[in-house]
Amino acid sequence: MAKVTLNINNKDYPMEADPQMPLLWAIRDLAGLKGTKYGCGVAQCGACVVHLDGEAVRSCVTKVSRAAGKKVVTIEGLSETNSHPVQKAWQEIDVPQCGYCHSGQIMSAAVLLREKPNPTDQDIDDAMAGNICRCGTYLRIRKAIHTAAEMQKKTAAKS
Amino acid sequence: MNKDNTALNRRSFLKASILSGGGMLLTVSWLSGFKSADEAEALNVPEQWARLNGYIHIMPDNKVKLICPNPEFGQNVMTSLPMMLAEELDADWKNVTVEMGPHDPAKLGAQFTGGSNSVRMYWKPLREAGAAARQMLREAAAQTWNVPVGEVTTKAGVLSHPSGKSAKYGEMASKAAKVSVPKELQLKAPKDFTIVRKSKKNVEIQKITSGKPLFGLDYSVDGMLIAMIQHPPAFGMKLKSFDAAETMKMPGIKDVFSVKLYEDGFEQGGFDTRTFNELLVVVGENTWAVMNGRKKLVVDWEAAGDIKDTIGGRGGKREVIVPGALESTTSQMQQMQEYAAKPAQQLRKDGDPESAFNNAAQVIERTYNGPFLAHNCMEPMNFFAHVTDEKALLAGPLQAPGWTEPTLSKLLNLPADKIEIQMTRMGGGFGRRAYGHYLYEAALISRKVKAPVKLMYTREDDMTYGIYRPMYTATYRAALDTNKNLIAFHVRGGGIPEHAIHANRFPAGAVDHYLAEGWQIPSNITIGAFRAPRSNFNAAAEQSFLDEVAEAAGKDPIEFRLELLKRAKENPVGKNNEYDADRYAGVLKLVRDKSNWNKPGNEKYNRGVAAYFCHNSYAAHVVDMVTRDGQPYVERVYSAMDCGIVINPDAATNMVQGAVVDGIGNAFYGALTHKDGAAQQTNFSNYRMIRINEAPKSIEVHFVQNDLDPTGLGEPPFPPVFGAVANALYKNKGKRFYNQPFMGEMDKAI
Repeated sequence: MAKVTLNINNKDYPMEADPQMPLLWAIRDLAGLKGTKYGCGVAQCGACVVHLDGEAVRSCVTKVSRAAGKKVVTIEGLSETNSHPVQKAWQEIDVPQCGYCHSGQIMSAAVLLREKPNPTDQDIDDAMAGNICRCGTYLRIRKAIHTAAEMQKKTAAKS
Repeated sequence: MNKDNTALNRRSFLKASILSGGGMLLTVSWLSGFKSADEAEALNVPEQWARLNGYIHIMPDNKVKLICPNPEFGQNVMTSLPMMLAEELDADWKNVTVEMGPHDPAKLGAQFTGGSNSVRMYWKPLREAGAAARQMLREAAAQTWNVPVGEVTTKAGVLSHPSGKSAKYGEMASKAAKVSVPKELQLKAPKDFTIVRKSKKNVEIQKITSGKPLFGLDYSVDGMLIAMIQHPPAFGMKLKSFDAAETMKMPGIKDVFSVKLYEDGFEQGGFDTRTFNELLVVVGENTWAVMNGRKKLVVDWEAAGDIKDTIGGRGGKREVIVPGALESTTSQMQQMQEYAAKPAQQLRKDGDPESAFNNAAQVIERTYNGPFLAHNCMEPMNFFAHVTDEKALLAGPLQAPGWTEPTLSKLLNLPADKIEIQMTRMGGGFGRRAYGHYLYEAALISRKVKAPVKLMYTREDDMTYGIYRPMYTATYRAALDTNKNLIAFHVRGGGIPEHAIHANRFPAGAVDHYLAEGWQIPSNITIGAFRAPRSNFNAAAEQSFLDEVAEAAGKDPIEFRLELLKRAKENPVGKNNEYDADRYAGVLKLVRDKSNWNKPGNEKYNRGVAAYFCHNSYAAHVVDMVTRDGQPYVERVYSAMDCGIVINPDAATNMVQGAVVDGIGNAFYGALTHKDGAAQQTNFSNYRMIRINEAPKSIEVHFVQNDLDPTGLGEPPFPPVFGAVANALYKNKGKRFYNQPFMGEMDKAI
């Protein structure tokens, strides 16, 4: 066990944790933020995706030691008012069914949109293939990412 | 307006009271006209569970709150059920909020999510509840304004009178609560709907996109411990002994012990599965501590041998011997082939199939196989329990609390009124969470450690535990006369541990000589309902077979089916045919038209069609396949559904699209195989799930427009996807595929 401070959503969380502990469990069990989901534990499903210094990582295979000193952003911190273009697009298209995988989907999509503000279907399939949706909402995920791209463009044009 | 007084005249079940702080609380309870569906019967739903209560709260600030009785697992019932209520209440949808109710059968009824029954079951009672409340609000306004009640109208939460008087519902709610409950109700005609049939957003969408703790795994209380169960490595094994010394030295570990799920001779309910009875439990401070501690366990497992289970339930008490062998997929396939060659239990017989086959000009015989399938809900099985000597609190993802509580009460020796079960949003269900074993396990663990506990299955625990879709086979035979007419049809289906045959479904009723038989092989691999139980295999096999028969008869596959359905409509064979031939034909015609079937412009596609009826709704799909990177790929799908009135069209479309994706994924990739009793797929690394790059580019969903009472959508669109994919694959590959999953695991196993 070691003392470690994680910066999650711009807030410091001092904790005692095994440095080998996956970031996922530090976020969920020690910081008490439940938006990031456990799906497989072996980087196969993407339910646990968070941003580490802006990059999408699978928190189930990212050690706490790697996250120390970096900025962690979870679904709770993606925007203050549930208003990131991806969140807004998800709401507009009404993407989810059960909803469990969608914090991971949204976190993956947010990085895709930053890297490729105008993604094609192929770009989306390539970037999102690591996120399983058992309910099969993939067509709406594609549509919502295109919608989010449009929203992002409009916001950029205004500012 | 539809006059509706049956339920109210039979019994007076409405109770109104004033909310503390003002406003109206309407408690409603009816014995509705619910009849158990064929699937419901399979799920053992007691009829009295159709007794429904609803809670309507109308607050002084005009907010309308509905307690949703049925657990939500993604079928969007938390939105569609309140829509029915709000429709007849004439509520302003913007003011409606929804809360999930706790398990409270005396007040909230069946509370069962499954069998595509939620919408169907609640359609009448919730509209009646809304209409009653609206009537009482009108009465209150009439008294206040001293005008005849007939002159008071409602619209979007506002009461009005031609004189210009008007009031919001909240202003009249307290007074309305004192009005006597109406003896007769007027329900709206479908043409007057303003909420139902208009797409409404998921009432929990904001919470989902912001990561609110909605799910069972998210449920947490101070001092809560985490527990995991180390299951035996194979079906047919059990715990012999264990040494926990090393585990106990690990940081954060609180306890290691074994506990029995059921004592010998315990009478299990119909949905009380027992994959493993002796549970080896590790309890610790947090998830990672328990995961690590588990790795240090030193355990001896041994063969369990044959085990006797005592099962109660509606059919009376019976004893079942669960065989102890360590089974493998290869030996299971062999065993199934042996059984398939022998005559089996006759399920239905029309005419004289034997002579018809003997005298046929042509006989086609084909055998289809389908593997065990794991549900793989994205949220693995888990439950929270806090059990003391006096009471028990349980919270988590559960489809059928009413089937779970009686057993829990016996296991804990606590009366039902000392047990509180809260249903969280479920991260998928697909039938898996109708089996409450994980709730019992959590409760027994909490009682043992005397603390609040969250039992959690890892993905591996979840995938290898069982409760799978059974392993199925079916051999179909068709006899054609010299004019290529279908004169006889024979299906003999079997499975481990049960067969999939629905003997009274199409094409029964459309063929003069018909025989359906079934057989089953007992197994220690546990099985359960999986999205459209049995139908999900039947539709694959039968719809693929009919395609082949149509080809042999030289007919278009849609025309061939329509001719059979015409026969079933005009001159049905036998009396007990479950389907409505007109509605069945209706979805085929709709999908034919919308997909431009046989019309130019679709040459690049390998097209496959299939249709099926189950869970009271009708579905047809046309699947358009192409070859992409050397692999078959479903690029486009057209779907036609008949589920009567569509409550929430956009959500219904989402559900059908999801079922299509799920069907393609399971048809191509889904399989759970075994070697010496051990599941060979343990996580998503070796159990292939369909991903976004494998999903179609478009799935166009069309609904037959009619005013029939609504039926469910969670299951019906799923089964025929398999058949349509199989038929498109034949066009794509030039050969028929008979073994699921089509991408290969099963073929290798044979």
